[in-house]
Amino acid sequence: MTSLALPVGNFRTGEARTCDTTGLPVCLHAQRFIKLNAVCAVVALLVGAIGAILLGLTRWPAVHLLPADWYYRVLTLHGINMLIFWIIFLEIAILYFAGTTLLKTRLASTKLAWTSFLLMAVGAVLTNITILQGTADVMMTSYAPLQAHSNFYLGMILFAVGALLGVGNFFACVWIARRDKTYQGSMPLVAFGALAAAIIAVVAILHGAIALVPTWLWSLGLMDAPDAGWYRLLWWGIGHQSQQINVCAMVSTWYLLATLTVGAKPLNQLVCRSAFVLYVLFINIASAHHLLVDPGVSAGWKIWNTSYAMYLAVLASMIHGFTVPAAVEVAQRKKGHDRGLFGWLVKAPWANPGFSAFFLSLIIFGFIGGITGVTLGTQQINIIAHNTLRIPGHFHATVVGGTSLAFMGLCYYVVPLIFRREYAARALCRLQPYLFGIGIVLVSIGMSFAGSYGVPRRHWDVEFSGAPFAKGFDSGAHVMLGLMGIGAVLAFVGLLTFILLTVHAVFLGKRNEGRAMTAW
Amino acid sequence: MSIHQPPDDWFQAPHGPERVWIGLALAWCLILFLMMPYWHFRGKQNSTGEAYRTTPAEFAERVNRFIDANKVGEENGVPLVEPAPGSDIYLAAQMWRWYPALKLKKDQTYRLHVSSLDVQHGFSLQPMNMNFQILPGYDHVLTVTPTQSGDYLIICNEFCGINHHLMTGRIRVEG
Repeated sequence: MTSLALPVGNFRTGEARTCDTTGLPVCLHAQRFIKLNAVCAVVALLVGAIGAILLGLTRWPAVHLLPADWYYRVLTLHGINMLIFWIIFLEIAILYFAGTTLLKTRLASTKLAWTSFLLMAVGAVLTNITILQGTADVMMTSYAPLQAHSNFYLGMILFAVGALLGVGNFFACVWIARRDKTYQGSMPLVAFGALAAAIIAVVAILHGAIALVPTWLWSLGLMDAPDAGWYRLLWWGIGHQSQQINVCAMVSTWYLLATLTVGAKPLNQLVCRSAFVLYVLFINIASAHHLLVDPGVSAGWKIWNTSYAMYLAVLASMIHGFTVPAAVEVAQRKKGHDRGLFGWLVKAPWANPGFSAFFLSLIIFGFIGGITGVTLGTQQINIIAHNTLRIPGHFHATVVGGTSLAFMGLCYYVVPLIFRREYAARALCRLQPYLFGIGIVLVSIGMSFAGSYGVPRRHWDVEFSGAPFAKGFDSGAHVMLGLMGIGAVLAFVGLLTFILLTVHAVFLGKRNEGRAMTAW
Repeated sequence: MSIHQPPDDWFQAPHGPERVWIGLALAWCLILFLMMPYWHFRGKQNSTGEAYRTTPAEFAERVNRFIDANKVGEENGVPLVEPAPGSDIYLAAQMWRWYPALKLKKDQTYRLHVSSLDVQHGFSLQPMNMNFQILPGYDHVLTVTPTQSGDYLIICNEFCGINHHLMTGRIRVEG
């Protein structure tokens, strides 16, 4: 039900409603695209999840499920659906939300949103089909000169162009909001974080275009093979920066969920905003840490770019890692949860999946993801970690335990507030973030320790049976791979629970139009 | 609130614990910033990133010349090569083998040239666990001094096609 009074902002009649829970205006056009992008995100998450469990059960040596060709194929599928399609579809949804509702403005262009959405959807389908046909077993990184079928690159390019148009629509929303003065002074913090993510996205996608367009032309036979070192440098311009889009979107989600779940407000907005600016300024150069053991770039180049730029980006995360829980603490103490040093945390709404997902995400990202990331990014440690399982051990803590878990927490609010449907089986909802969080922590720890024994990533058989020279790994590595397998099963059950609960809520959940969402 | 406009006077310097934390975090970042070059010069295992332009054909020719001059036998179908201490030694990465097998002397220094003849590969020395990226077109030079004798396994840890997991090689160090 659209509320009778026209919401504040620059909306035309029938184009917006007032949120029954938060009182914020919701542009109905934006709402449609938030829904479409969120649904595609969850579909990609399901594809990636099926891949995840197959991979987990293959790398668990006691099970060793898939044959070699399917292992590498599913690994490509898993990486692309999880790291690119699930996350970027949801980020575009977040941009539409932040660019309209938070700025009290309407969606700049419905046509542009359709074009963006269709390009992304077609690109994602094309890439996935090409992978499943077995003509693109090249991993997510598709390092040239290993070549995939041209449709693989074409799908990725279409997806990226679509995402870029979505980002453009967001910038246009910001521009309209300023022109129509729908808000005075500075934009809300969550919108500012989304703006930082959008700026990084533009730089990232441009790098992607420079890396992938010539590679696509090469796959069509129209150009010579791109230089391997050049490709890596540019590919990581998108590969790493897109992770920083995730970080910005995730941190914005933390601030958003902290507000929605415990009413937290940032202590010092200047600090929070400056930290977002640090991401924008330094993360591009920090992607040099992917090339720490590469030929072709000098030691000086590696040291300078990874130490100075990376630590300034790390500083930003350390600032958010303080300000977000501090804001929660202050809000909790104001409510009277004031006992001792950690009474505020004990009394936090741990049964609210929006809160538990957000806070677990903060802990997993900060402690496991952050610490592994900073160590792996030093030149000498990188020599003993490069391309071992320590690397996926790190990023399963950042991008899965961090970003994906935060986005799941977000969904526990997006579905009731945007789709206006309630989640059923609420006890299961409350349990889900813990199940997934614990599973992914085991995956991350198992991978990290197995990797420190030298176990390689992206590798089907660590026994090397049939190879000219072979020597298996220490039994400790096998224990760790088993731990990873158990974690993968737990995380998969947690993820599947999330998907089933969310799909059920979206299509069959009880409608809550005309009243506030049922509090968690 | 994070989802509402901030108050007009939001532009304020941090104070209290927030200020202390930012100071501590910044100091820690600066220390790490200095440690990175320090570790590079002080540490014993580093790559200077020495590399030269080459082509797969040219590199293959140098590898073959190196094998012809220094071959001492064969191991599991791969030529075993014993180069003179202090010399330039060669290793080719190719779908799906490391070629040739190397026999080195303990405590002697060699200049190891590694390159790929086709796609990207990952040089991973086990159980030492030292890893370097190997690219076609780049002659990646690593200065190595083996300090322990024994048989070392080279595995490939950059995905290089369907038989990637079968790509292994050997370095034998004798005292």
